[in-house]
Amino acid sequence: MTTEIASTVTRTIDARGSFCPGPLMELIRGIRESAVGDVLEVYSTDSGSRTDIPKWVEKAGHGLIAVDTRDGYDAIIVEKRR
Amino acid sequence: MQRIVILGGGVGGTLTANLLVKRLHRRIERGEVDVLLVDATGRHVYQPGFMYIAMGGERAERLERPEISLLDRRVALLVGEVVRVDQGRQLVHLADGQELDYDFLVIATGSRIVPEEIEHFATEAQHFYTAEAALALRQVLDRFDGGRIVIGIAGMPYKCPPAPLEVAFLIEAELRERHLRERSELHFCSPIGRAFTIESVSEMATPILERKGIELHTFFNVEAIDPERKVVQSLEGEELPYDLLILAPPHKGQQFLMDSGLAPAPGGWVPTDRHTLAANGRANVFALGDATDLPLSKAGSTAHFEAPVVAERITAAVMGREPSGKHADYEGRVMCFFEIGDGKGTLLRFDYDHPPKPPKPNQLWHLGKVVFNKTYWHTVPKGRV
Repeated sequence: MTTEIASTVTRTIDARGSFCPGPLMELIRGIRESAVGDVLEVYSTDSGSRTDIPKWVEKAGHGLIAVDTRDGYDAIIVEKRR
Repeated sequence: MQRIVILGGGVGGTLTANLLVKRLHRRIERGEVDVLLVDATGRHVYQPGFMYIAMGGERAERLERPEISLLDRRVALLVGEVVRVDQGRQLVHLADGQELDYDFLVIATGSRIVPEEIEHFATEAQHFYTAEAALALRQVLDRFDGGRIVIGIAGMPYKCPPAPLEVAFLIEAELRERHLRERSELHFCSPIGRAFTIESVSEMATPILERKGIELHTFFNVEAIDPERKVVQSLEGEELPYDLLILAPPHKGQQFLMDSGLAPAPGGWVPTDRHTLAANGRANVFALGDATDLPLSKAGSTAHFEAPVVAERITAAVMGREPSGKHADYEGRVMCFFEIGDGKGTLLRFDYDHPPKPPKPNQLWHLGKVVFNKTYWHTVPKGRV
């Protein structure tokens, strides 16, 4: 599954170790700079991202593709939908 | 002769230049190494002071000094505008036609605000990201006699992530002092699902917002302004009416970085290695401070802790050795003060591996910020702290 998603990811945001401004803020910046249909992947070591990011994605009307736990971090994959 | 060219005379560029002289002074004096700093204005501005022009009696003239006065005399300063960098030929092109060749390049060109990216920002919104705008906000606040104040963030990233929350706290305290609090509503729009990005700070700030009666709107990223209806609209599809609108404007990296292929559009942030600070995978080009694409606060403090790493890495390359010591790699260290109003503050200190644990707000940390701001000129740019 991971390999298949990785091939469609348009942008990877490595927000590991980001406490300020934080992984969700980095994703919002990435979404603002991307086009509809782009797939963004955020790496986060902040355990809060597993819940914060899906909540924002739902509220902002984008698509949550996957939350993938990797070695010491989470990869959260989001599609810009509007 | 090896030439080190530093672009930008802010915290990162100035400190890197001075630290390079400390490490390489013998080679510089023998004429083997040349350190040249290029700055667009030749004036060094202490930007954290802008908020205090709006909120605390600071004056613009106290926040600015000639860049030359902060540089070691062995650093050459060139005032000019960079229009392009040719990485292949290792050349920097200036607007007046000059070409500068380099062996090492340091990109410390900061960020710039682009309020024009949001329609009606200039006529409807106030901000405090330049001295002039902060003074204008002060004048608007002086005339304010009650109403609905909305404070929000109109673009990501923006300089100094805590600043909008600090301003909310400080304005609330001011309105109470001026007996306007009863006639005013305060709304704070957070881009994320809580008051502040750092959970521990959010836990500290949320009860303060409640106690101060500041209404928190989460997941509200400002996207547009409707001047007819006096409402601000979010990326998430909500809107809020305002009488006074205060927004952190959108920010970008410098245009010449995008024009030179050093930073991708539309953001213009330089792809930078999180530990070595090498830019675009090149061993002789470094970026620091606001100019990078690192997931860190765009703040002078970040540049302050990155500069010794850039200086060590260039020194090591000049001397033909491996980078060593505590500044061999950057570990994401940032430290900053956080105002909560009523003469109290706290301290945020963290790195890639250690989240901040802010102490309980007290007067000491507020005074710490005041002292730091006043002594900045003698400490940070010269590498004394």
